[in-house]
Amino acid sequence: MPDIGRVVVVGASAAGLTTAESLRRGGFDGLITLIGDELHLPYDRPPLSKQVLLGTWEPERTAFRDDATYQRLDVGLRLGATATGVDLGKRSVALASGDHVPYDRLVIATGVRPLKLRQGHDLRGVHVLRTVDDALALRAALAGATSVAVVGAGFLGSEAAAAARTLGLDVTLVDLAPVPMSRQFGDELGGWIGDLHRDNGVVVKTGVGVNRLLGDTEVTGVELADGTTVDADVVLVAIGSTPATDWLESSGIPLRDGVLCDSTCQAVPTVYAAGDVARWHNERFKVDMRVEHRMNATEQAMAVAKNILGDPKPFTPIPYFWTDQFDAKIQAYGIFPPGSTMTVAQGNPADRKFIAHYHHDGDLVGVLGWNMPRELRAARALLTQD
Amino acid sequence: MRVSIDEDGCVGAGQCVLAAPDVFDQRDEDGIVVLLDEAPAPHLHDATREAAVLCPALVIHLAE
Ligand SMILES: Cc1cc2nc3c(=O)[nH]c(=O)nc-3n(C[C@H](O)[C@H](O)[C@H](O)COP(=O)(O)OP(=O)(O)OC[C@H]3O[C@@H](n4cnc5c(N)ncnc54)[C@H](O)[C@@H]3O)c2cc1C
Repeated sequence: MPDIGRVVVVGASAAGLTTAESLRRGGFDGLITLIGDELHLPYDRPPLSKQVLLGTWEPERTAFRDDATYQRLDVGLRLGATATGVDLGKRSVALASGDHVPYDRLVIATGVRPLKLRQGHDLRGVHVLRTVDDALALRAALAGATSVAVVGAGFLGSEAAAAARTLGLDVTLVDLAPVPMSRQFGDELGGWIGDLHRDNGVVVKTGVGVNRLLGDTEVTGVELADGTTVDADVVLVAIGSTPATDWLESSGIPLRDGVLCDSTCQAVPTVYAAGDVARWHNERFKVDMRVEHRMNATEQAMAVAKNILGDPKPFTPIPYFWTDQFDAKIQAYGIFPPGSTMTVAQGNPADRKFIAHYHHDGDLVGVLGWNMPRELRAARALLTQD
Repeated sequence: MRVSIDEDGCVGAGQCVLAAPDVFDQRDEDGIVVLLDEAPAPHLHDATREAAVLCPALVIHLAE
């Protein structure tokens, strides 16, 4: 094991916590400091747009670990602390409080932040969904509303639309793209997701952009580019996110839509990145990628911890993703680049139970399952064959 | 080692089955975890720990 006394992890969520736990499991007995700007004990995000929004889980249930576990792990948890910069020469992280936290190894795990609309975002009734506080604010707003417009039909917007519809609201899902989730999985698959939403009573308005949000102090609706308006008491803006790297801008750490790392998740010597914020070269697919999915946060953090403690190895995962919308559990392994060809390999989309294969340049690069979890696990094996 | 699971939080990712197929399985219809072995033999402990760490919903609990 190299001679390392202090590891500092910035970002106290899935990737940050897994880094800390994996270092301890790997035998590291030096100092670990986990710095996070949120006030809550680290918690999990996927339930926020599902169980928490639906009200079937109270927010406390999303906490990863209790206080006692952090003590047992001997992790110095600094919550409510915002990192504002890194001095690579002095090897220290600056905090908003004025403190400087020295490190031997630094792990950046600051995730992403939701993008906002340029206009109308300050109106009351306009929400984003990234944190537990966002989820509780949205849940409270939905409880007093009859209609909601969701701007952005990616996985987050689509999931939230499904939850709001399940709660009995009138829901309109809006996106400039021709169908929901087309950027993730293409137009044909996205069309089936649109059908799922329509069949459950969501008004799906795709292929049309948003002109502006309407209202003086409180939002009353959304004006679309085709001149029509959607009335809404609540608007959820789910138009994507941007890596939380503003605090690194003058640090000298390479940034390119995320922290730019090599294939071992190292950005510069002694500095690593993991989770939603990290862009690295995945040698398995021979592409630079940044993955905003829960499983990757765990796997990449485990890889970073191993690479800090031992011989660095390339991180070559098969990315995994899932989403739950109405009665559909959609799961996917691999990559789904634009221009891939999708074919149904098993089952039938009409039954909403099927497996799809995605080919790119003649290679099978992704498999997607719709309500077929066991079969999908078997299909994953196809991606590991050469 | 004793293994317990919180079925209600399971997201059916199947990572546990990939890591420790002798200890975990998935239900056919919804992919929810099925615990095959509550007290795995020592040679399965590493794989079981790996499964607990990998679980993206953190629903596998180990008492050692
Ligand atoms: C509502 C919702 C539902 C989701 N559902 C799914 C799903 O069904 N399936 C799936 O695969 N994925 C899902 N995801 C994605 C998944 O949650 C993310 O991939 C995962 O949270 C990434 O973890 P992370 O630790 O990299 O980043 P994050 O969870 O974003 O954590 C980063 C942390 O760093 C903090 N931070 C940022 N900047 C600073 C700073 N300068 N100083 C200190 N702290 C800082 C942030 O406040 C945050 O607490 C969902 C995400 C959301 C928001």
